[in-house]
Amino acid sequence: MLIEVRFHGRGGQGVVTAADFLAIAGFKEGYYTLSFPTFGAEKRGSPVASFLRISDEPIVVRDEIYNPDYVVVLDPSIFEAVNVTSGLKESGMLIANYPKSSEDLKAFLKTNSKVLTINATKIAMKILGRPTTNTTMVGAFAGATGLFKLETLKETAEEFFEGPLKERNVLAIEEAYRYMKEVCR
Amino acid sequence: MKKVVRGFYSVAYAVKLCKPNIICAYPITPQTEIVENLALMYANGELENCKYITAESEFAAASILVGASAAGARTFTATCSQGLILMSEVLFNAAGMRLPIVIVNTNRALSAPLSIWNDLQDSMALRDAGIIQVYVENNQEAHDMVPQAYKIAEDKRVRLPFMICMDGYKLTHAYEPVDLLDQNVVDSFLPPYSPEVYLTTKKPVAFGCYAPPHIYMEFRVAMQRAMERAKEIMEKVFADWAEVSGRNWGGHLEVVYPDSKNFVIAMGSIVGLLRKVVEELRNEGISVGLVKLRTFRPFPVQELRKSLENAEKIIVIDRSVSFGYEGNLSIELKSALYGMSPEVISFILGLGGRDVPKDFLKELVKNAILGKEKSGFKGFKEFEEVIP
Repeated sequence: MLIEVRFHGRGGQGVVTAADFLAIAGFKEGYYTLSFPTFGAEKRGSPVASFLRISDEPIVVRDEIYNPDYVVVLDPSIFEAVNVTSGLKESGMLIANYPKSSEDLKAFLKTNSKVLTINATKIAMKILGRPTTNTTMVGAFAGATGLFKLETLKETAEEFFEGPLKERNVLAIEEAYRYMKEVCR
Repeated sequence: MKKVVRGFYSVAYAVKLCKPNIICAYPITPQTEIVENLALMYANGELENCKYITAESEFAAASILVGASAAGARTFTATCSQGLILMSEVLFNAAGMRLPIVIVNTNRALSAPLSIWNDLQDSMALRDAGIIQVYVENNQEAHDMVPQAYKIAEDKRVRLPFMICMDGYKLTHAYEPVDLLDQNVVDSFLPPYSPEVYLTTKKPVAFGCYAPPHIYMEFRVAMQRAMERAKEIMEKVFADWAEVSGRNWGGHLEVVYPDSKNFVIAMGSIVGLLRKVVEELRNEGISVGLVKLRTFRPFPVQELRKSLENAEKIIVIDRSVSFGYEGNLSIELKSALYGMSPEVISFILGLGGRDVPKDFLKELVKNAILGKEKSGFKGFKEFEEVIP
């Protein structure tokens, strides 16, 4: 079993952190994991991608992910700049921060893969007070795929974040997780 | 304790366990987080009997370590690319003075044009310095190599600088599970550094002084002999490490499917990808094995000749080039196999961080075996040079 995930967003939104966070959480779930970023210009606002592999065997391949099982989009304005569905498996799924419905985005992207949307910016603004959507999308990804238990994500957040950020990120993860669980029911 | 950590941390943590006395570095991407982690450990009082010195350049950092190492300190630095090149004047001296400085080089391309991304051009440029070079495949191997590097470099039969080469970004920035060593494992394996000769006012000596023609050559012959001894001592240290840690990384080489007709050989993190490529090609009925070259200096000539004695075709994966000749590993391998007659096909790819997708690599290796692919640069866009 090998699950490959690609994250898209913009510099400053925590695209790299999202993959790293899930690498740690995945290991807690008993999987081998590997996460790494694409290494674009390290500046805010430019398109960024990061990668996550989850497997029940040790992971030896370190090339970028060209045929992902899942694509996670953190930024609703990225669709014009980046072909996020590139190589996405037909059996795969795209989970996006997008203010409109899943059907709207699916039609816009003209993809055969499953599409799920969540207004992560709104949730992040409400809970974190800023449009950093990585933890919200981590929760959404976990809720939509069922690959991670909410408890594991909480435990990871406890280690990963410090101070008041910890509590608020846990809330963001939880809200998105429950939302996606509900949508996918 | 097995934990998911970033490559930087796996190195920094291992350095801490080796109890260095002087850490001195200048920041450069993608190395910086290694010394950032060490600076944090230092500030938190986790590094006993250690001084962390910030330098104004890589040249200064290497110079400070030469002084410290000559005074008998266990020393560490990390750098890459332009930083390594700026250190090079000093590092050639460190080798000549026989100072066991341990350097982690997070392999990165050289300018110009400016690239912060990964290839092996930087460490290859230091090939002839008299520095031991080992290339690692993953962050566990990087972690494990640090105590081994000190043990080998500080052995009095060796006393040469040691460079651990790990791919920038592909390893440094990756989070993956690493079994972090216990202090007592490292303590039982690595004795404190106590050289017989060092800079002290009690018994004044000089390092690296003037050597006129009647004596210079003998020093250089001694360096070569130290490298030759290092080859054997490394084998022993690698074997001891397997026993102490329970992880066996092999010797100077790791050979997968030794009875194959065809072989592919590479160094560094791309070896992982080749493991998969070889598996897939074997499933298609192609006889192909893999040679992972770990030690580049001293170059394991006899081990390569023995492992490849029945090879009909060898495919070399290079990620650096000697301009005007060919890929660096290819040059070295052909020289090592002199008198043997396998066909050698060498590919230069992945320069400046260009990703090498698995399927692309698989096609290349397959076509090379089938006689449909020639040596040269692969994975670049054909273009017309503009010569004004």
